Amino acid sequence: MSSPAAEREGPARKRERHLLLLGLPAILLLLGLFAWPVLRLLAMSVQDGTLTQLERAATDELYVAVLFDSLQIAGLVMVICLLLAYPVALWLTRAGPLGVALGMFALLLPFWTSVLVRTYAWMVLLGRNGVVNRALRDWGLIEQPLPLLHNLGGVLIGMVHVLLPYMVFPIYAALLRIDPDLSRAAEGLGASRWSAFRRVVLPLSLAGVGAGCALVFVLALGFFITPALLGGGRVVMISMLIEQQVRELLDWPFAAALSAVLLTVTLAVYAVINRVSRSARLATP
Amino acid sequence: MRLSVTGIVKRFGAVTALAGIDLTVEEGEFLTILGPSGSGKTTLLKAVAGFEVPDEGQVHLGDQDVTLSAARHRNVGMVFQNYALFPHMTVAENIAFPLEMRRVSKPEITKRVGETLALVELETYGARLPRQLSGGQQQRVALARAIVFGPALLLLDEPFGALDRKLRESLQLEVRRLQRRLRLTTLFITHDQEEALIMSDRIAVMDQGRIQQIGTPADVYDKPVSRFVADFIGESNLIEGTAANGQVVLPGFGTLAHPDAPASGPVTLLLRPEAMRVGAEARAAHCQAQCTVLEAIFLGLSIKLRLRPEQGPDLLARLPLRPSDPPPAAEGSSVLVGFSPEDVHVVPRG
Repeated sequence: MSSPAAEREGPARKRERHLLLLGLPAILLLLGLFAWPVLRLLAMSVQDGTLTQLERAATDELYVAVLFDSLQIAGLVMVICLLLAYPVALWLTRAGPLGVALGMFALLLPFWTSVLVRTYAWMVLLGRNGVVNRALRDWGLIEQPLPLLHNLGGVLIGMVHVLLPYMVFPIYAALLRIDPDLSRAAEGLGASRWSAFRRVVLPLSLAGVGAGCALVFVLALGFFITPALLGGGRVVMISMLIEQQVRELLDWPFAAALSAVLLTVTLAVYAVINRVSRSARLATP
Repeated sequence: MRLSVTGIVKRFGAVTALAGIDLTVEEGEFLTILGPSGSGKTTLLKAVAGFEVPDEGQVHLGDQDVTLSAARHRNVGMVFQNYALFPHMTVAENIAFPLEMRRVSKPEITKRVGETLALVELETYGARLPRQLSGGQQQRVALARAIVFGPALLLLDEPFGALDRKLRESLQLEVRRLQRRLRLTTLFITHDQEEALIMSDRIAVMDQGRIQQIGTPADVYDKPVSRFVADFIGESNLIEGTAANGQVVLPGFGTLAHPDAPASGPVTLLLRPEAMRVGAEARAAHCQAQCTVLEAIFLGLSIKLRLRPEQGPDLLARLPLRPSDPPPAAEGSSVLVGFSPEDVHVVPRG
């Protein structure tokens, strides 16, 4: 039986199929080169037919502690990025064309350099005899070099530097969508600059804040090169343990189990951030 | 409160947006700034609202000089072109916003929001979000938000632009009634001359950063002071002639004596389409010409004729119609057209 409703859906469905076709190459690539290997890896964690590996990864105190450290570091990076990125994004929406061009250039410049190079650059800057310490000593501000590298501070500096653009852009996009007449209207109705921001601009930008936080947190949680090099072995993140299992101990099943735990935690955190920012987004058009 | 603007000048780089504006809106008056886009009317509104600081001149609200005051200290209610309702707040929260900013007590806020919602006939819509309302309802919420705190001055920036014609007309009258009832001093910005004629106590016609003419709707319609005003407001026939020996020579129409005409030199006469005499009525007119009817457009209450005289540009005539009337002229036919001195206005040369 062909109902008129089904007939009306016809063209729409056809168009959907066309759109799917456009995405097909990317979907195939992702399935073949990403989803399949990940599934293979995850399968390794249970290849002996038991859940022992997974159980060990999820309960062993050492690994759980590192996982919590990783969550904490990712959280810190997210908060620092947010505090730095929001003013930058706000400034970008109010800057002139030259300011926007310069700001965008400064934000995109790091993308043209590999993370590895940037991390080494930080080592040059932050080391015992690095640029920063030498300058401070030359100016007579310090006697002994400050411990800037091989600790949590160094790791945070490097990670924030790499991840900052991922926070700026979603917030900037959200702020751009806000009609500038809204701030004007608020001020015309008696609001101070600050009240206009707090009551109108800030709530309307929360969707972008949520997206930026989710992006930065998820990326930070799996970070490897930057904490490995700037942490100097004293700051351990879960990805470093996985790498150790694979490269040094050749224990693939346990590496797979740790990966499974990391993936689960990442998805859970992402779901939470998404839900919070969705409730903020509900209030915006 | 009385608004007075004196000698306002505003330049943007090499462009002079406002070239010396003097304007007074009396307490309770509805004054319209009418002008084409780019005439400077929006810049003037921003200077009055406090979103733009003029390079020269002053803005007074009552006795107070507010030229340099921030927008929030001016106590001015404004309805924006796109309403600028806060999309994340309900209708009631939107209307409560200016009261909260003034630290009005909670119960008082609830009471006044309720009263104002009733005023704009949206009593039951308080809990909705702006996007759940129609354009006309959003416009009324914006108006409610602009008047709830008893502003000294109400500013309306082309608030009817986005609405369809029927809704626009009913809202225009509604705003007008509300403005009269609350005796709100109102400055209204529009490029729509019809809207200006319907709503205003007085109209200021603006062009190129200057006020060209200011007066009652009847004044600016019947006695425009320049070609620009004559052309911008309503439909018009501008007939060019030459004055000599106390007579104005109008090519194709003969001569005409008019008390306002200069002794010599070129003269522009304004003849509104509805003042044009056609057919039998034209026989007694001072100036006459035989014209071909190019178009006869039926408009319900009237019929509009586009006429081609033997000499000079095409003319418009508008004849009232009653259902029993026979059609006054068919397309392609020839009719006698005429006018007398009392039908025309001599447009001053600026």
